[in-house]
Amino acid sequence: MKCVTCRGPAVIDIRRQNANYCVEHFLEQCRRQVAKAIEQWDMIGPTDRVLVAVSGGKDSLAIWDLLVDLGYRVDGLYVGLGIGDYSDTSAVHATQFAAARGLELITIDLPTTYGYDIPTGARAARRAPCSACGLSKRHLFDTAALEGGYDVLVTGHNLDDEAAVLFGNTLHWHTEYLGRQLPVLPARDGFPKKVKPLVRLTERETAAYCLLRGIDYLVDECPMAAGNRHLSYKEALNDIEVRSPGAKHSFYFGFLDRASSLFTPEADEDRTELRACALCGSPTTADTCAFCRLVERAGGHRPEPVPVHLGSTRRGSTT
Amino acid sequence: MRLRTCEHGRVKVILRNPRRELEISGPRTVINLLASLDLNREAHLVMRDGELIPGDAALGEDDVIEVRPVISGGQS
Repeated sequence: MKCVTCRGPAVIDIRRQNANYCVEHFLEQCRRQVAKAIEQWDMIGPTDRVLVAVSGGKDSLAIWDLLVDLGYRVDGLYVGLGIGDYSDTSAVHATQFAAARGLELITIDLPTTYGYDIPTGARAARRAPCSACGLSKRHLFDTAALEGGYDVLVTGHNLDDEAAVLFGNTLHWHTEYLGRQLPVLPARDGFPKKVKPLVRLTERETAAYCLLRGIDYLVDECPMAAGNRHLSYKEALNDIEVRSPGAKHSFYFGFLDRASSLFTPEADEDRTELRACALCGSPTTADTCAFCRLVERAGGHRPEPVPVHLGSTRRGSTT
Repeated sequence: MRLRTCEHGRVKVILRNPRRELEISGPRTVINLLASLDLNREAHLVMRDGELIPGDAALGEDDVIEVRPVISGGQS
């Protein structure tokens, strides 16, 4: 195979583009796709302070590397989840990546700070581990971005992630989620601006990017995620993709272009119920937010109240 | 860790998650290797001696191959 750009020896074939790339032009292609996503959805301004959620895996390290390479000011945030050796190893990958590049990495340890880890917390709260993990990370990422004065919170969600979530939401017609499944969520109602600059790259491409850039990421899968529905949706979509290259891209970007706006009213309606959590001040639809309820059920320590500004759609008080 | 190549033209293949090793007969291409292992091309990368190689690369008896899965993540 030859590189589509220079006709030199290719190292990777991207079937959905019907193209092969050498190292140099594959990396260039990744940068171009991320820059295109940022520009297309006005994700990050040139002077913005950016916080990227870092797990030590391929996607978060790839997007951190890409954003720095594109000239943005980016700090990292790592959350220790207390999932045994998996968390210990992921922390090493995140820390070494930051140290080698002189980047700032903020670390929050869930067991130390909040008194529970994901395996025991999920069990105590009778939630699926991935549900407890996602809830905890979303709360901590949002809070850290707001408290740190960051303009944008970046996550490493890629095309496979977004297509799989879309597949699940469509399969079960979660219309309130469909209206919110966008590459950019603007800052509002006590939430920071959240962006997903990797949506134009598959996870095969982000993994290849890391390999070719010499980024030492955590290859092992989270032991708590094995067998979850999200992974089964990814497998199903890849079975389609291998027979019909470009199917994932067409599914997700077709949704964004032609269907997502149809569900926006339902998502907005869902948000009109937001008020401030009585315990921590975070936006919630109940008296206390889901994170505080998780902490309470898991027998952990309550989070410190954080000052947040709720918009005009809120009900209740922020104080 | 560098692994030795097996005898009789058989190539050692390292798989991940969980980590395990097996032997295959050569020569064959990367695409053929993945098909014979019933692994999806969209969900794996293949490396020879730590270097990424494309689907049409020919695998010979002196090669040490790692097949790396790229699908990850819980839903968050």
